[in-house]
Amino acid sequence: MKQLLDLATVFGYISLLTVGGGMAAFPELKNLTVDVHHWVTFPELMHYYSLGQLAPGPNMMMVASIGAQVAGLPGAAVVLVAFILPTGLLTFGIGRLWNRLADWPWRPSVQRGLGAVSVGLVLAGGIVLARGALTNTLTVALAVGVFALLILTKINPAIPIVASGLMGIAVYLI
Amino acid sequence: MNAHATATPGAKLPVAPPPSLWRLFTAFLMMGATSLGGGVIAYLRTGLVSNYRWLDDETFVELMAISQSLPGLNATNMSILSGDRLRGWRGAFVAALGMCLPGASLMTAAAFAYGVGGDDPLSKAFLHAIAAGAVGLITVVMVQLGAKVLVEIADYAFVALTAVLVAFLHVPVLYALVGVGALAIWWHRPRPKSPHDTQDPQPKGPAS
Repeated sequence: MKQLLDLATVFGYISLLTVGGGMAAFPELKNLTVDVHHWVTFPELMHYYSLGQLAPGPNMMMVASIGAQVAGLPGAAVVLVAFILPTGLLTFGIGRLWNRLADWPWRPSVQRGLGAVSVGLVLAGGIVLARGALTNTLTVALAVGVFALLILTKINPAIPIVASGLMGIAVYLI
Repeated sequence: MNAHATATPGAKLPVAPPPSLWRLFTAFLMMGATSLGGGVIAYLRTGLVSNYRWLDDETFVELMAISQSLPGLNATNMSILSGDRLRGWRGAFVAALGMCLPGASLMTAAAFAYGVGGDDPLSKAFLHAIAAGAVGLITVVMVQLGAKVLVEIADYAFVALTAVLVAFLHVPVLYALVGVGALAIWWHRPRPKSPHDTQDPQPKGPAS
């Protein structure tokens, strides 16, 4: 029970940090699930994140994996509700207020200010992930390759992501 | 139909009547199950605006702006906002449920499968290489997001400050978000007499 409560608290908190995308909360996700609560190891967290890239829908549904590893199906359910419900209600409420907020002079200020910060948070998340994932020449080359391919072409991101995994297997076998 | 809509942006396609709750749920379930590769927003736009014609492009962009400035996953926020527009709170609920259900079920199953096969060196090599590829993907997402929101040098300074605080000085994300966020919002505070104001890309909602 204590564990489910901890899961709910941690993932409810993390959900509030996902401004600009799930990656913004990755540093805190790593800190709380790996360093503080020891629910998963950093490689496990990265592997779940990788699986999340392959799953359809929002990538951060990988939080369900952490819940399931810690406390089975109830763990997954608690994590999902804690992760989705608070921000969901907030979005629902603000969505209904939005037309009234349209003339609020601070609205563009908030949008521009938080826009810059959310890019910074995504960058920080990318740095934390890169520290764990980019460990040798192959992984650096894969990151650069995927970046170049996606910035230069309009290819579906799933294709280079899966190709990265296959190259990882190929290099391991060689 | 799509070519027609893009060729004449002024002439909007007629918006279809709101769907039933069940139809809304199955539509979001389909989009939640097929949106591979992280670009859920693109799938949502194709579905909601082009195929089903439940929303026009103007509304879609307006909802996007709300989604991006609030915490929460973009895809989930978009499902809630468009579901609410179409069928009220019940619509918001079934849309978010449909969007998240396929990925969440798969990832829950993945945890059990990982417990069985996670130590296999082949799957480790596979997943580790995907994490590396994902670093490239995140960088692209960041560049595209940045191209939209970073206008002046101060914006880049806020990005660098946030990233250094969180990634190198290990400041909790919440403090960085609130601290740098307040600073950045104050920097962009409303200044009616300032010459900056004329360049301000102030989004105009259809209600104003």
